[in-house]
Order: sequence, then C-alpha cells, then structure tokens
Amino acid sequence: MALRIPCPHCGTRAIDEWVYGEIPIVPDAITDADARDVDRAYFHNNAEGVVREAWFHLYGCRRWVTVERDSRTDTFL
Amino acid sequence: MNEFWEAKVTLQWAELGSSYDVVIIGGGGHGLATAYNLAVKHGITNVAVIEKDYIGGGNSGRNTTVIRSNYGKPEPVRFYQRSLDLYRQLEDETDRWIMHDERGLLWLAHTEAGRRQERSRSSMNLAFGAETHFVEPEEIAKLAPGINLDAGGEFPITGGSLHVGGATARHDRVNWAFAEGAMRAGVTIVQGVKVEGLILDGDRVVGVKTNTGDVAAGTVVSAVGGHATTIATMANVRLPIRTHPLQAFVTNHYEQTWDAIVASNDLGFYISQTARGEMLGGSHIDPQPSYSRRSDHHFINEISRRIVALFPFMGNLRVLRQWTGICDMSPDYTPIMGFTSAPGFLITTGWGTWGFKAIPAGGEAMAQLIASGETPELIAPFSIDRFANDRTLADRGSSGTH
Ligand SMILES: Cc1cc2nc3c(=O)[nH]c(=O)nc-3n(C[C@H](O)[C@H](O)[C@H](O)COP(=O)(O)OP(=O)(O)OC[C@H]3O[C@@H](n4cnc5c(N)ncnc54)[C@H](O)[C@@H]3O)c2cc1C
Ligand SMILES: [Zn+2]
Repeated sequence: MALRIPCPHCGTRAIDEWVYGEIPIVPDAITDADARDVDRAYFHNNAEGVVREAWFHLYGCRRWVTVERDSRTDTFL
Repeated sequence: MNEFWEAKVTLQWAELGSSYDVVIIGGGGHGLATAYNLAVKHGITNVAVIEKDYIGGGNSGRNTTVIRSNYGKPEPVRFYQRSLDLYRQLEDETDRWIMHDERGLLWLAHTEAGRRQERSRSSMNLAFGAETHFVEPEEIAKLAPGINLDAGGEFPITGGSLHVGGATARHDRVNWAFAEGAMRAGVTIVQGVKVEGLILDGDRVVGVKTNTGDVAAGTVVSAVGGHATTIATMANVRLPIRTHPLQAFVTNHYEQTWDAIVASNDLGFYISQTARGEMLGGSHIDPQPSYSRRSDHHFINEISRRIVALFPFMGNLRVLRQWTGICDMSPDYTPIMGFTSAPGFLITTGWGTWGFKAIPAGGEAMAQLIASGETPELIAPFSIDRFANDRTLADRGSSGTH
C-alpha cells in the first residue's frame, strides 16, 4: 500500500517524495568483526511488527525523519 | 488429460500427528513441491506440510504466473531452465491440466545500452540452454500487436529479446497438482494450523509448536514466503531477507487474442493475457518493507500511465481486480536454499517476485537435499553462505519484477 509519511516539518506527505532508510541493527550476539560487517552489509531484522526506520524527505524539506511503523498494517505510531 | 472434462482434484486432508521425519512449514508451491518430491521420488512419506491459512493462499496463488529462464547469470539460468523443463512435463507427470502455455516472452529495450544488454543476455542464455534471440523493433511490432514503438517519444523501442520458452500456467492448479500428488503418496497436509514457535535442543531444531500442539520433526523446512524472517528468527538464524509487497491487476476481457508475455524494465511493468482474455499486469515492489497485503490506487494510477504509453489499447480496458502478495526479497535477487547454521533447520527463500517459475525445480532440489543429506550441485550456488563468502549472484536486471 502506498504510504503517507508524517513529516514534522511539512505535514503528512505521499511516499513518492521520500527515500526509505533502514536503520540496521547488528545483533550483539555477533561479536566477530568480519561477521558484523557481513551482517551490516546484507542481513536485515525485517521485523513483523513495530519497526523503527528513517525516511529522507527528498522532495520536501530534505531532512531525515525517524518514525515508528507497524509493518503488519503500515500504520505509523 | 481431457480439456472438456476433468476429474475434480481429490485433496485428502488428514489430522496432524505428533511426530514426522520431515515437517514443512508453509503450504505454498515450494513447500508442496518439496513434500511431493520427498514422497513420490524418494519414498519419504512420513512428512507433514503445515499451512496457517489455505494452500496456495500466499504468493503461490497471487502471482502473475510467468515461467522463464532468461536470467543474467549462468547459475540461475541453469536452475530456472531445469524448472522450465519440469513444468513442461508436469501435466503428464501429475495427470493434471495446469494450463501450461508456452507462448514466448518478449523483453523490451528502450535505449542503446538496453539494446546491447538484450544482445549479450540472448547469447549468454543460449550458451546455458535457455533459448533467447535478439529481435529488432519491426519483429516486435508483429509479436505484440497494438504496440506503440515510439512510446510517445519518451521510451522508443530500440530492440528486445525473445525468450522462446517463456510460458504461463494456472497457479492454483500447480499448487493443487503437487498437493494432490503428495497426499496420494501419504503426506499429511493441514490448513489453518499456524507454526508459532520452534522446539530447540541446543542449536538443533527438533520440532515445531503450533496453535494445535507440538510436533516433533527430524528435519524442519521453512517454506513460508514473505514470513521467512519470522520463522528463521525462532531458530536464531539471521536472514538477508527483506519483505516487500508486490501488487498486480487484471482488466476486463480484451477481444483480441494476445499471445506474448511482454516485459519492459525501463518502464517497470509486464503484461500478458489470461486464459479468460483478461490483460494481467504487474510492476515493481512497494518501496517500504511490509507485511501488509493492502492494495492501493497509487499503484494502478502509476502502472496504467506507463502501460498505456506503450499499449494504447489498454487505455480502453477497465481494471477488474487488484491484489497484493508479500515477497521475500534477497539482496542479490537470487534464491537462498538449503542448510543453515541451525542443524535440522532448512530454508527455501529468497523467492521474492520470481519464485513461481522455480516451484518444480525448487521442490526437486530441496527433496534431493533432504533425502541425501547433501546439497545438489544445481543449488549449491544458492546457499546462504554466499554472503559471507563474497559469492553473491547479483541479478537485479533480469529478476526484475516477475
Ligand atoms: C503479485 C505477484 C506477482 C508475482 N509474479 C510472479 C511471476 O510472474 N513469476 C514468478 O516466477 N514469480 C512471481 N511471483 C513470486 C512467486 O509468487 C513467489 O516467489 C512464490 O509463489 C513463492 O512460493 P513459496 O511457496 O515460497 O511462498 P508462498 O506461496 O507465499 O507460501 C508460503 C506459505 O506459508 C504460509 N505460512 C507463513 N507463515 C506460516 C506459519 N507461521 N505457519 C504456517 N504457515 C505459514 C503462508 O500462509 C503461505 O501459504 C509473484 C509474486 C507476487 C506477490
Ligand atoms: Zn519534510
């Protein structure tokens, strides 16, 4: 579904104005430095539930915004 | 097989027992084909497939049914070509009419660079057994009647490739053919049962927890489509998967017979005609990772504009239905199959927007792996180790959207 993303500066705007930015979290359980690099490069939390993520308002205020969204329903919290 | 009369598919549902040699989570095409191959080809019949909704209710019953092998890297071409060959035999093998229709797939280029790319892809495909030929715009006009070769000036067609083996098949019938064959050979398939946890013994996965009780298993296979990460996390296995929605639509009946399947990467869509005469279209994944299967007007709006630029006749048709599936996207657009760091826990994922065509070969290979305990050569390049070993198979351009 096409998201409408809440911008604290510009109001709620259509997804076409935005660029998605994942906030990668490498699990603490991975301790080896190389393994952490591989995880950061390729692996994802991909949570089915509430996710924290960043969006860049490219065709707007050109600022990064951090939001929380429920990935099961696409609703912002 | 008889085109006018067909025996109803006989699906014999059994009760879920408490212990199996193999438990497969997910009754999509990949889970069902794995079960079918285990039972029919290897005599391993103490197998259960556990499906939370209904079989084929995930992406295997929501896709646009394109079957092709014109990929961009040798390893995937070889694998998908095997699947193409297996699809050709599937009606004889299962005695079920899956409406397999080998109609050819036309892949359009709109730039000089695109033209060069289709040329080189055609030769690479040919070299690895997937018949593909470069075609000039004049021939494209014949293959896709009604096409506007200059696409309104913005995306003029500069050439393309014709993938001769490109085909479609009715997705539900594929799922049911594998389910029926597996059930006949003794596999237990249950619907409406959800796997909510895995039973661990140290690192090893030894069973599944469901809403109807625990089930012990010698081997657990995760074949859950977009939910791959949710299940793998229960086994403490990290996946390089991100789940993205993919939408599709069909129009009302178009009165002309329209044979080819046509794809344009630059315009980001592909279309074909269904057996009912509807025009079926698809496009890119939605940009945000999500498990939501809500469809939207935005998608129809965007894709129509691009489709009508190339196929003005589509402007006179009406959208009848649209729907969404959630796709397990791998970072290199190539499947991820086989063993994991958790003993007893196997995965078949990374099927993204391209895994319907792979169902017969995917099921064959996973069953061989389980039966022999070793990874078949055909899928060895698709192991999850490739990310740590710097052996990714980046193939975005040809995995594209279908
Ligand atoms: C709109 C669309 C168009 C597509 N077009 C094409 C195409 O043209 N060509 C092509 O090759 N591919 C296409 N694909 C991709 C293809 O559909 C998939 O890659 C393929 O169907 C994946 O099969 P699967 O068995 O792995 O997953 P699925 O068919 O999604 O099956 C997974 C099953 O697991 C079940 N499940 C999940 N979690 C649990 C749980 N906890 N417990 C029990 N069961 C569970 C689900 O309910 C589901 O039935 C398309 C996909 C979409 C969405
Ligand atoms: Zn803004």
